[in-house]
Order: sequence, then structure tokens, then C-alpha cells
Amino acid sequence: MDAIPDAPLLLALDGVTKGFPGVQALKGVSLELARGEIHALLGENGAGKSTIIKIIGGIQHQDEGRILLDGQERRFHSYRDAIAAGIGIVFQEFSLVPDLDAVDNIFLGRETASRFGLSRKAEMRARSAELMRRLGIEVDLDCPVGRLSVADQQFIEIAKALSLDARILILDEPTATLTPSEAEHLFRVMRQLRADGIGMFFVSHHLDEIFEICDRITVLRDGRNVGLVRTSDCDMDGLVEMMVGRRLEASFPARPDTPPGDIVLEAKGLRIRDGAPESGFVLHRGEILGFAGLVGSGRTETALALIGAIPCRGKQVRIDGKPVRLDDPAAALAQGIGLLPENRKTQGLMLGFSIRDNVSINNLDKYTNRAGIIDRKKERRITLELMQQIRIKAPSDETESLTLSGGNQQKVVIARWLNRRCRILIFDEPTRGIDVGAKAEIYRLMRALADEGCSIIMISSELPEIVGLCDRVAVFRRGAIAATLAGDSINPEEVMRHATAGSDQHADHH
Amino acid sequence: MPTTTETSRGGQILARMRQSPAFLPAIGLVVVSVCMVLMNDRFVSLGNLENVGRQVSINAVISVGMTFAILTGGIDLSVGSVMALSGTVVAGLFAAGLPGVVAIGGGLLVGGLFGLCNGLVIARLAMPPIIVTLASMSIARGLGLIYTGGYPIAGLPNWFARLGHSAVLGIQTPILVMLATYAVAYVLLQRMPVGRYIYAIGSNEDAVRLSGIDARRYKVLVYLISGLTAALAGVVLTARLMSGQPNAGNGFELDAIAAVVLGGAAISGGRGSIIGTLVGALLLGVLNNGLNLMNVSPYVQNVVKGVIILLAIFISRQRRAAR
Repeated sequence: MDAIPDAPLLLALDGVTKGFPGVQALKGVSLELARGEIHALLGENGAGKSTIIKIIGGIQHQDEGRILLDGQERRFHSYRDAIAAGIGIVFQEFSLVPDLDAVDNIFLGRETASRFGLSRKAEMRARSAELMRRLGIEVDLDCPVGRLSVADQQFIEIAKALSLDARILILDEPTATLTPSEAEHLFRVMRQLRADGIGMFFVSHHLDEIFEICDRITVLRDGRNVGLVRTSDCDMDGLVEMMVGRRLEASFPARPDTPPGDIVLEAKGLRIRDGAPESGFVLHRGEILGFAGLVGSGRTETALALIGAIPCRGKQVRIDGKPVRLDDPAAALAQGIGLLPENRKTQGLMLGFSIRDNVSINNLDKYTNRAGIIDRKKERRITLELMQQIRIKAPSDETESLTLSGGNQQKVVIARWLNRRCRILIFDEPTRGIDVGAKAEIYRLMRALADEGCSIIMISSELPEIVGLCDRVAVFRRGAIAATLAGDSINPEEVMRHATAGSDQHADHH
Repeated sequence: MPTTTETSRGGQILARMRQSPAFLPAIGLVVVSVCMVLMNDRFVSLGNLENVGRQVSINAVISVGMTFAILTGGIDLSVGSVMALSGTVVAGLFAAGLPGVVAIGGGLLVGGLFGLCNGLVIARLAMPPIIVTLASMSIARGLGLIYTGGYPIAGLPNWFARLGHSAVLGIQTPILVMLATYAVAYVLLQRMPVGRYIYAIGSNEDAVRLSGIDARRYKVLVYLISGLTAALAGVVLTARLMSGQPNAGNGFELDAIAAVVLGGAAISGGRGSIIGTLVGALLLGVLNNGLNLMNVSPYVQNVVKGVIILLAIFISRQRRAAR
């Protein structure tokens, strides 16, 4: 495992930059991959990993900097170019056709045809079987891939790349959806490929996996290299510190000095997927509880399962000590629980609707007279008051929400829940895609709500806001809560350690 | 956006009208009507206008339920068959000597039950509306034929048959029924929470659900309403034909969809208006009537109708894209 960096370089990136409107994703990134090396790309969400993968794959193009393949500068104009040069990418979302079998998927678009234009299935099948033997895996070649396990689909993706003579393989979070034993199988395959001289970039947020399989690690933060280390020369704490770094933090409202209130909600035996461990948490009156963890660690699923928006394997919920059944979001609302979803546009707003209609949708009974007719003047007045209170910038209450900025759209969703007062509010990524000023306003609003006695759960992938805003933090890992932090133990390193390291100890401090 | 305080009240009203989804269809109706008047001197007579109203009323009543379904992003293909089934049930109950309340109530009950079943299957089992109502279209048609043995049911009391042709306060009864149905639908959709939910479901069902509204309940309601309006159309039709016709209403679902879409509704849901649907139904009626008066062959009429639907959708899409 150690001799690798002496092997000849397959691929190198030198000072690559890439900007998108409003954000500089890469600010001069350099990277190298040797023959027969497994190289980890490590960094928080938004560090620039995905952009790098897309640039190597020719899907996006760098603004500056060079890509060297076997020491020669190359420019890939498209994904096809990159494939032709020997690069294969296994994306997080597979690009397989679910209704076709493995053979057809591997040879999709380049079926070997006989003179009469008929595809030579037998020949393709034999070549597929050969590839599978090489990988040391057994996959049903005749079954539509949509019915195979996620792991098998991933192997087929890898086989497809190899059938295209890939020498460089990029695996983008391949283990995120695998069970531990499936991941182990994947690692065996990766070791086999390494022995064959293939170079691999491996993206994973799970540090234990990186220590198990990778030779070297490149750490990225905010679009820059912060380190290139041999796995044998570093430890987890060092890596976490490199990932998190020290950074300027937005201003967060002060935490109250008062002790936490009574327990409002208690969830026990929560199991969101088959095979995931059970977990539980409590929520106090007037506190902000953070749900931290990596993307895919089960934070959103837990919240949605709690309010009955998605089915789950098990849950017991008590509100004020009394057991309640929360079968759907309407039942949750009846118990005073509201959720502001992760994706404003697809789950939060009726985009073609006016601000007023969006704000009042779940509290229309407030405006109806005895005959059930909506008092539109009253509705308008209250909407305008709310818009003023949380400073939604729009020409009128009839402005289509489609035309608003991200921050104002989020405020419309918040206004909906200010209009329909709830005892428990779940904010899922409340500041995603919002500028700094609007972020600070939303933090203030959340703290003001908590001060009024509302209990808040905030799901966030942004460590600074988890650390800066929350009274307590539940850290998720692989579908369950791995630790609950409070007080001084809420710091970036501690949160990241529990989110990535897979330690089993629960650091509960209520 | 400039403040509207300085513009005249009339200007405000005009601006509001232009915002309405029924604005373009209304222009279309005026244009087509003017064409008909210019090309045909008999079109504008009172007798003919009453005729148009009567002809339109059946489709217009069915289109009310179709509007509800389409606003949620669904569709109800069973309306024509349900109308025929309900009509034969009314006739059958009259023929059995039962009183009018029972006969008419029975017809409405059958339609309502069909709608309820459609809605429950669509909402609770999460099946696609187009498939569910395609199936119930066939089932309702079959039941109507089984019930009647394939023959019309006659023997209606005179008072009931007169309903189809008489006038109250100078207005034809079918037209009155139609106007009353639209009035109720207007209040439901524009003035009550349930209407807001129906539009919202068509715009973004996930958002509605996550806001804590039981979207499924309102989807059931929508198909229940559609079944009821189809049944009401069946009552009117039976009165007009003075018999229950098991084969009536073939293809009526398509006319209803045409009226809704001509009325400015988006087939994907969330956008449209009940007034627009009324205008759409009138537009189709005026077109039919005018072409008949001009002795245009029914074959050609079909082509004209199709072209106008395409044109209307094209114009409304262009206008939306321009905004």
C-alpha cells in the first residue's frame, strides 16, 4: 500500500479554477493520481469535490488550469472525450437503464451488430461474463438491473467503465447507499482493480473507509487544496481539522441563559430503514435542537418519518408525555408540529401562487366566516403584516412566489408557519442557497421563536450554523443518531468526528 | 409594479379581468360569436340563443366536475358513462312508479357513488386518475346497458319531461340548472378554503401535504363532485329526451375536457377557472350551432373544432411564455 506514489502518474490537475454565477467553486486545485493508486477526495459539502469530478469527466470545463493525462496536457470537450481517454465515472445516481439487463446496459449505445444489424447478444454476454469474472463478482446477467441490489448495480457500472478500457475510475460516494458487507465487497473489487494497475479516485465522507482502502488523501476546503497526505501518515483528528479548518462565522443570536424547558416531544424506537439501528431523541420547550450529519445520514428521513410524511419501520412518539400517532403531516399538524421542507421549490411552495395564497394555505379556517366563506380583506391584511414583520421584499402580497429570490421564498414558507402557530417547528436546511444577510435574519427569527416557547429542530449540513445556533445537537450517522451533544462539546471537530468516524459511544449530556 | 391607486376604478377592473384565466377564452367567445352573427342572420334570434343555451347546458354541467378534477391535475373520463347510467336510473325509478324525489335522488346517488369510488381508488391507492376513470367509464357504461337491457326506458311523468323544455321566469330550466351549478362551483372554488386546496394540490401536491393538509381527502371530494355533476347532467338529459338512454353521452368526456381546456385551464393542474370553463362550453356550443346554421357538414365541424382547440392552446401558451 505504501509504494504507490512512486508509480507513474496517470492523471494530474494543476491550478484548476472554476466559477459559477455568484460562487467560485474551485480556486486553484491541484491533484494527482498514480497508476494502481486509490486516492481519496475528502471535504465537506460544497468543498468542490463534485465540480472536480465533472471537470475530469469533461462534463464541465475549467476556467483556468491544466489537466495532464500521462504527462500530456489534454482538454476534454465532453464526457465522451473523457471516456475515450480512459476515464470512467460511477456517479451517485447511476446512469443505468433499469428495465434492461446487465449485458444490454454494459453495451448500451455500442452493441456489437452482425451483418444484418442484429445485435450479437451471445457475444456481448460472454464478454460481460468475462468482465464479471475479472471483478470476482457474481451478478445475474439476465435480470433487469432495476431489480438488482444497489451494490450489484454499482458493480455493473464499474464493469461498464472497464469494458470501455477505463484506466482511471472515479467513484463518487459509492458506499453511501451500501450495507457494510456490500461495502466490504466493493473494497475487494477495488483492491483487485488496484492490483491491475487502475487508478481510482474515491469520494466518501466515512473516514474509516478511507483509512481502510485509500493510499493517499487530498483534502479540499472551500475550493482549495488544504492537504495531500499518505493515509499511513495521518490520523482521523488531523483529517477532521483539515476539513473543518478555522473560519469566519456569521453572527448568531446569543443563546439564552435560562435552563431548558420541559420535554415537549419524545421520540423512541425510530427506525427509518430496514437494517438501520433504532434511535430516539427528546425536544425541550424553547430550545433549538440541531440535526447534524452528512448528506444521506438520515436526518431528513427521520424528520419526515416523525411527522408521517414517509413510512418508517417503527416509531413511538410522545407529546407532553402522552403517546400520539402521527400517521400523516395533517395528524402532525393537529398535534402542533410543522415542517419547513428541504426543497422550497418542489416541496415548500406552490410556485405559481401568490405570496398570500402560499402563506395562508394551511390556516384558511382562520379567515372564514360562519358560512365558510374566506374573508379576503382580513387574509390580505394579515399577510401584509407578516410580510412586514419578517421583511419579505416583494411589490405586493399578490406577487407570484416564482419571481422571488431564494431568501424571500424561504421567508414565505416561514411566514406560513408564523401564521399557523405551531409548538414544534422542523426547519430542514433553512438557509440553503440564501445570501449571508438573509441567513442572519433567519437565524434571528428562529431564536426569537424559540424564546417565545416554540421548540425547533434544525436540520443543517452547514457546520457553522449547527455550532453557532443550536442548544443541543443530535449527530446522525448511517440512518441513526450516533451522539447527542450539548454545551461545550458542540464544536465543529466533535460534530464531524461523530458524523464520520462511526464511534459507537453515545456522548449524551442532557 | 406601479401602484394602482392613481388609475381609475374602471382601469383597475380591466386590469383584474386581464389577469383572469378566463380573459382570453372570453375574447375568443366574442370573436367567434361576432363571426357567427356576420355570417348568419338567424344566429342572433332569441329562439336560437335559447337553443344554444339548452344544447350547451348538458356539456357545461359535466364540465363543472371535469374542472374540479383537472384543477387537481387529474381527469375524469367516466363522466359520459356515469351521466347515461344516472339518467337511466332516474327513468327506471320513475317507470317503477316511484315519486320524483326518489327518482332524481336515486340518479344523483348513483353518480355520487361512482365519483366516490373513483376518488377513493385514486387517492387511497395512489392510482393514476386516467386509468381509474377509464375503467369506471367502461363499468358505468356496462351497468347502464345491463340495467336497461340496452333499450331506452320511457314512461316518464309529464311534469318531469316538461322540465327539459319549460322555462322559469323566462329562462329555460336546463339553463337555470346550469347557472345554479356554476354559481355553487364558483363559491366553492373561489371563496372557500376547499377551492384553495384544490388549486394548491394541482400546483404542488407535495407542498400541500407537507403543510399539514390532508390532500387525499380533497382528491376524493373532487371526484365525488364530478360524479354528482355528471349525474345532474343525466337528470337534465333524461328530462329533455323524455326517456333514459343507456347509450347517451358517448364521447361527452372529451367535450368536457375541451371546454375546460378552452376555458384556460392547465391540463397539469393548478391553473384555470370555473368561469373560463363556462366560456369554453359556450364557445363550443356557439361553434356547433353556427356551423349547423351554415349547413356545414358534421364531418367538417369535427375538423374545425379540433383546429380551434389546438389554436386556443397555442395562443394561451404563447401568452404565458411571454410573461
